Amino acid sequence: MAVYRRSYKPYAGTLTAEWSRFLVLFRYGRKSVFRSKMQTGLFVICFFFPLACLIIIYLAHSASFLAKIGIPAQLISIDSKFFFRYMSVQGALAFLLTAFVGPGLVSPDLANGALPLFFCRPFSRAEYVLGKSSVLALLLSQVTWIPGVVLFVMQASLAGASWAWSNLWIAGSLMLSSLLWIAVLSLLAMALSAWVKWRIVAGALLLAVMFFGAGFGQAINAVLRTDFGYFFNLPYLMGTVWITLFQVDIAQAISITQAGVAILLYCTVCLGLLLRKVRAYEVIR
Amino acid sequence: MQGLSVRFGDRDILRNLSASLQGQAIGLLGPNGAGKSTLINTLLGFYKPSAGSAKVCGHDISTAMRQIRALVGYMPENDAFISKMSAVSFVQMMGELSGLPPEMALERAHEALFYVGLAEARYRKLGTYSLGMKQLAKLAQAIVHGPRLLILDEPTNGLDPSARQRMIRMIREIRDSGEMRIILCSHLLRDVEDTCDEVLILKRGQIAHYSNLNEERRANRRFLELEACGANGDFTAALERLGCECAATANRIKMILAEGIETRDIFRLAAEQNVRIRRLNFRRDTLEDIFLKAMES
Repeated sequence: MAVYRRSYKPYAGTLTAEWSRFLVLFRYGRKSVFRSKMQTGLFVICFFFPLACLIIIYLAHSASFLAKIGIPAQLISIDSKFFFRYMSVQGALAFLLTAFVGPGLVSPDLANGALPLFFCRPFSRAEYVLGKSSVLALLLSQVTWIPGVVLFVMQASLAGASWAWSNLWIAGSLMLSSLLWIAVLSLLAMALSAWVKWRIVAGALLLAVMFFGAGFGQAINAVLRTDFGYFFNLPYLMGTVWITLFQVDIAQAISITQAGVAILLYCTVCLGLLLRKVRAYEVIR
Repeated sequence: MQGLSVRFGDRDILRNLSASLQGQAIGLLGPNGAGKSTLINTLLGFYKPSAGSAKVCGHDISTAMRQIRALVGYMPENDAFISKMSAVSFVQMMGELSGLPPEMALERAHEALFYVGLAEARYRKLGTYSLGMKQLAKLAQAIVHGPRLLILDEPTNGLDPSARQRMIRMIREIRDSGEMRIILCSHLLRDVEDTCDEVLILKRGQIAHYSNLNEERRANRRFLELEACGANGDFTAALERLGCECAATANRIKMILAEGIETRDIFRLAAEQNVRIRRLNFRRDTLEDIFLKAMES
């Protein structure tokens, strides 16, 4: 029927599979992310360091070139420490990307009360959270573990099969540490933006949670002469997990178990906060 | 609805509602805080009933909410939009969330926006819309997937008279098309009277009155109020001889028409008696009368 005919007609066609409805939010969310030039620019910047790492890996296997420019070959070693450094830089960039992109996913829906329109359809709150978080999950995967695995494959292809087999755990650590960080960032960003409802403030709050949390933790440690302050320092907690996963020799004040439990607690609180706000109408008792 | 109750904390919002509503357009009336919106939100599964049960289109709200939501289009009372999205993208997304394939959702989004009269503005961002346009956009997203039941919560809220007229006309058109049933929730009697054929009046969370407006209108066709010049006892007596019940005061006569008697018989009688009829009204119980009676009860 031509669109200009002003008459109503019911829909009698086929419907999409119910399980796939969350992908609608994923598509629209992803489109909105790349509508902003700044976010697209930031996303591109996130690939500079992996590109540099790629060049370093290539150079590490070009002994003649290194000799030509006077750098000893043993100075560049591609090992777990190299991938830990890669993860630390990309983790920080992933956090920055989340601070810009994350709040824009949820807060516009809450700012003008659009949630009842989502939930009056055959679409659940869990699907909503899944749809929105999948935007961040893919975006952050693209800047963390996917280029990381590419680097690992590049190194493996240049160093040979024996290196690849003996260091296969590094690829696992890359993926696990990235996925953990992505889960924490996604939940934190969505929970904060659901509560604040204002995109800019939510972004600022996310930065504050990370930096002021770290500062607050350090202050507690200094004043009370304790290590409990580290539990307020989310980057430190995540760093502790990464150090263990990459088997890097850096002393940490808290154990991997304590850090893991604290991160799990943060995630649970964020999920609780998110589910409390992501509903059609709030019940005021 | 069978004993449907909703409780928030220690407050009873809906109390023991039992009714069966099957009209083409059902009005939910009541003063502010009567529980109209809560009833709608409960039927949509946003609130859980504390007791009782209800069925929408034959599906139980406690066990088949997904099926119910697939059949329902909902236009909420308050602002509900994403300001940075264009109307067509917004309506398309809502269509897709209801299960329409993307191409079909886009086509129907255009159709729905044309239908509600937002064709020219459909590529504009929703944040730039006027209040009336936002209401129309909410209506468009409610009908994009072709629901069987359309729930409208205060659809004329904040509209100027001409926009209100347009909205009412559109609701009537949807009703008359017979393609979907309507539940219209409003505290404006005029809106409900203009569009609905059944009315459920709520008061403090309880059903105060149920009325089938069509039947009321049919019944009211027998009540007449005359203002006649030159009428005397003979004219009243002649009317009573026709079988009508009359009550005369000065030159006004209130009467109930007898079976088989039409207004033309009254005019013929008046001509025979040399009585000039200046005014003849069907003295109908307006919805306002019904509402006020329900509130007083």
